[in-house]
Amino acid sequence: MRSDPSTTQSDASGQPACFTTRDLTRVFGEGSTEVRALRGVELDIPSGEIVVLLGASGSGKSTLLNILGGLDRASGGEFEFRGRDMTRISDTELTRFRRDHVGFVFQFYNLMPSLTARENVELVTEIAANPMPALDALDLVGLADRADHFPAEMSGGEQQRVAIARAIAKRPEVMLCDEPTGALDSVTGVRVLQALERVNQELGSTILLITHNASVAGMAHRVITLADGQIRETRTNESRVEPEALNW
Amino acid sequence: MSRSRLDIAAALPARLDRKLVRDLLAIRLQALAIALVVAAGVAVLVVSAGMLDSLRETRSAYYDRYRFADVWAPVVRAPDSIAADIHQLDGVAQIQTRVRQPVLFDMPGLSAPASGVFLSVPETGLPTVNRIHLTEGRRPREGQRDEIVLLDGFARAHGLAIGDSVTATIRGGRETFRVVGFALSPEFVYAIAPGQLVPDDRLFGVGWMGRDALEQAADSAGAFNEAALILQPGANERAVIDALDRLLAPWGAPGAYGREDHISDAFVSSEINQLGTMASLLPPVFLLVAAFLVNVVLTRLIAMERAQIGLLKAFGYHSRDVVWHYTKFALVIGAVGLAIGVGGGSWLGRQMAGMYVEYYHFPFLLFELPASVYAASLGVTLLAVGGGAVLAGLRAARLSPAEAMRPSPPPDYSRALGAAIARWKRFDQQSRMILRHTLRWPARAAFTMAGVAISVGLLASSMYFLDATRAMIDAHFYLSNRQDVTVSLVEPRPRAALHAIARMPGVLTAEPVRYAPARLRHAGHEERMALTGAPAEARLSRMIDSDGNPVTAPPGSIVLSRDIAASLGVEPGDRIEVEITEGNRPVFELAIANVATTLIGSGAIMEIGDLNRLLGEDALISGAWLRVDPERTDALYTQLKAAPAIAEVSLQNEAREQFETLMDEGMGTSIYIYTIFAGMIAVGVVYNSVRISFSEREHELAVLRVLGFTRGEVAYVLLGEIALLTLIALPLGCLMGAGLAWYFAQAMSSDLFRLPFIINPATFGYSALVVLIVALSSGLMVRARLNRLDMVAALKTGD
Repeated sequence: MRSDPSTTQSDASGQPACFTTRDLTRVFGEGSTEVRALRGVELDIPSGEIVVLLGASGSGKSTLLNILGGLDRASGGEFEFRGRDMTRISDTELTRFRRDHVGFVFQFYNLMPSLTARENVELVTEIAANPMPALDALDLVGLADRADHFPAEMSGGEQQRVAIARAIAKRPEVMLCDEPTGALDSVTGVRVLQALERVNQELGSTILLITHNASVAGMAHRVITLADGQIRETRTNESRVEPEALNW
Repeated sequence: MSRSRLDIAAALPARLDRKLVRDLLAIRLQALAIALVVAAGVAVLVVSAGMLDSLRETRSAYYDRYRFADVWAPVVRAPDSIAADIHQLDGVAQIQTRVRQPVLFDMPGLSAPASGVFLSVPETGLPTVNRIHLTEGRRPREGQRDEIVLLDGFARAHGLAIGDSVTATIRGGRETFRVVGFALSPEFVYAIAPGQLVPDDRLFGVGWMGRDALEQAADSAGAFNEAALILQPGANERAVIDALDRLLAPWGAPGAYGREDHISDAFVSSEINQLGTMASLLPPVFLLVAAFLVNVVLTRLIAMERAQIGLLKAFGYHSRDVVWHYTKFALVIGAVGLAIGVGGGSWLGRQMAGMYVEYYHFPFLLFELPASVYAASLGVTLLAVGGGAVLAGLRAARLSPAEAMRPSPPPDYSRALGAAIARWKRFDQQSRMILRHTLRWPARAAFTMAGVAISVGLLASSMYFLDATRAMIDAHFYLSNRQDVTVSLVEPRPRAALHAIARMPGVLTAEPVRYAPARLRHAGHEERMALTGAPAEARLSRMIDSDGNPVTAPPGSIVLSRDIAASLGVEPGDRIEVEITEGNRPVFELAIANVATTLIGSGAIMEIGDLNRLLGEDALISGAWLRVDPERTDALYTQLKAAPAIAEVSLQNEAREQFETLMDEGMGTSIYIYTIFAGMIAVGVVYNSVRISFSEREHELAVLRVLGFTRGEVAYVLLGEIALLTLIALPLGCLMGAGLAWYFAQAMSSDLFRLPFIINPATFGYSALVVLIVALSSGLMVRARLNRLDMVAALKTGD
């Protein structure tokens, strides 16, 4: 199932699509324990969009996100990033891909407890090709004044915003966010979404965001719903809602 | 561990025990690493304590059964009738008089003369003291004057068979004897020629002959020159020796002596003492390390199982069930270590017993483990692993169920020591993680360092023995005793004898020496020894001060070796009383000119002319030190073997080579074994540290991989800590090694030799290298796990 027949290999501006997948499958286990997490996903995601992935538990959202982010490999089918075939590249190249192009944000913030907020961001800027200063990244998420605090000294929302700062500091082309607000209250959740919105606008990063919260879909350019390992529906929002106006 | 693969666990009735087995299997390599440290400790205990016990038992049984003497009383020549007087002395139980005659063997296939001694045995019946143990053949028959029983080792070293002949020079006469038996003797367990350091079965032989035959050969009809005594239980040895000396003084007694001064027994005792030191020092080190490891590993396991512990307690399990559960965990590890240690230790012990039998001539040496050693092994293992486990278990039991079931909060680094390094801009973030992690758990870091340091220290201190022995060899053979050959005369002869010797083929230099048995006294202390008279400008054999310079004694003074000076309590400038115990037994006073460093043996040396004058004699010599032309030794040896006046010849090169062989073989084996043991500690500590660090940080490392860090970069974060700790620990280990070496130098030095505290830098290098290799391999084993990191799984959970 195609997301949008008008954009197959390139987006409206003529750039290659950010992600393209054809008949993407992912099978875990074998024999009686076999689980088909993805069953022929066809997807074209243009650059610069905020895309929200919706779906019930086990629908394949996270599996898809992990494959797109180079954390996992597909069992079959095609997957391209900006026209580059990603299904047959080596582990080293996958690592390179994550390092150079992808920013991750997770439900559990996954900060290094032994590094301060600034150092957590610098962890990434030190190995990135064209990073922004760590403090700028923290400023973008409104945490410049907490730069020298350790994760254990911060609230969950603050930790998640540090995680976003860490993801954006390398100026990634793609941000992959798996339930970034899942562990947060509504006020903090909105702040996190605002930060993502800002990154999308200021850096032009393509953002893929998994959420259980259907209202978050209001802020997306495009909403993809998965069910049973397949894309059930793709729709584009005619008018988008600001994060602070989301009905949480 | 999957259920389908291993069903041992499922066979157990108690569910907690199933969990125990599965948990153990899951960390089997870590558990094995700890078990090996326990095993190393137990093995050292079993080997050293078992060997100690076996040697003591064997020695005691051997000495008892073969009536080893308590006291020896040499005389120049005493009538047999005195024996009854000796027997009457208070405290004397048994006495055997005999003739003792130094001989030079001329053995086929050996150009050098072999020194030796012939001892008489009664014509009929067994000796009452110092019996021999026949290994082959029979005793000399009554009246058969040419029959001889040879020391087993000597006979075998020369490939002799019963019925073969041997030729020896005895009191200047060359005689041939027929070998009728081979024997061992408690007097020659450590069969060593007088003045030698290491036994050489080829170059020192003992022969037992019928009394009549030897009296005739030695020209001492109706007289004896040595009495051997067994004392009554509880007798005062000192009092008996004094009484003997008074009784035998008219017959030229240089002084009786006890087992303490008997060369063979002194060496065996010294070996037993060294084993005792090892047995008391090393096992505790290993077992302490094991206790720490058990504690650290269990603490980590408990941290990972918080929720499960909470659940168990919520279900109604008691705290004591939890403690007992984790204690059993440790006990299983301990049991495996104990089994490997006792098994390996017994095997090693039997190998060692084999070596001892070869080296010490016991008729039997059974390596048996007394119940006490088993009990001690069990006790210390229980103490070590049980102690470690109970501490960790108690910590687990203190958790309240509700608290335990909540995920533990992220570790707070804000108040840890490492927080401050945020200001140090030089470090990259990975290095900061390494430093902060290290400083966050200082006790654990300290333990890891201690473990690595102990490994290095153990290795360095066992290698130290090679360095010390090398230094002893250098000092003894290259600085002090530079002669090639030492010749002793049957009795003191005029200076002309020196010229005769100097004219022998191949002799390049000959220096005279005069030995006189003496008693040195100062402020109530007495030392009995041979006083050496040597030329003031002696170039061959001399005494060396602590700076390595030769020291000489001006007329009226004497130079003492440090050990003698210490036991007399004298310093340079003090005066001592000297009583010569031969001839007309003069007594005089001498000033201490200097104190010399003597690593092997002891010494008291003065100018030969001065000694001759004090003895009231002309320029007599007892022997000579020779430097010889190595190309012409055969001709020289032939003449020496035939020379009637020569009682004994000792060859310096042979002695040195024998010493070096002993060092290479005996010490080489020990060092090999200690390298393995130290390696076990290093593996146990380093592997467990890295493994624990890995399981604690698996999540963090997976996140780093997600963020685009390569495997190498992630490995740096994981292994950087152990590398850092290892590098800090190496110099500490070297220091510890130096400390242990110093202790060994003190604890193992004896009257026979003193271990100098000298460590070759290469010793530290080798020790550090071995431990580095072990650490590197352990690191690489865990690094392999990095390649299997499941990034996706790690992200599904919070830390």
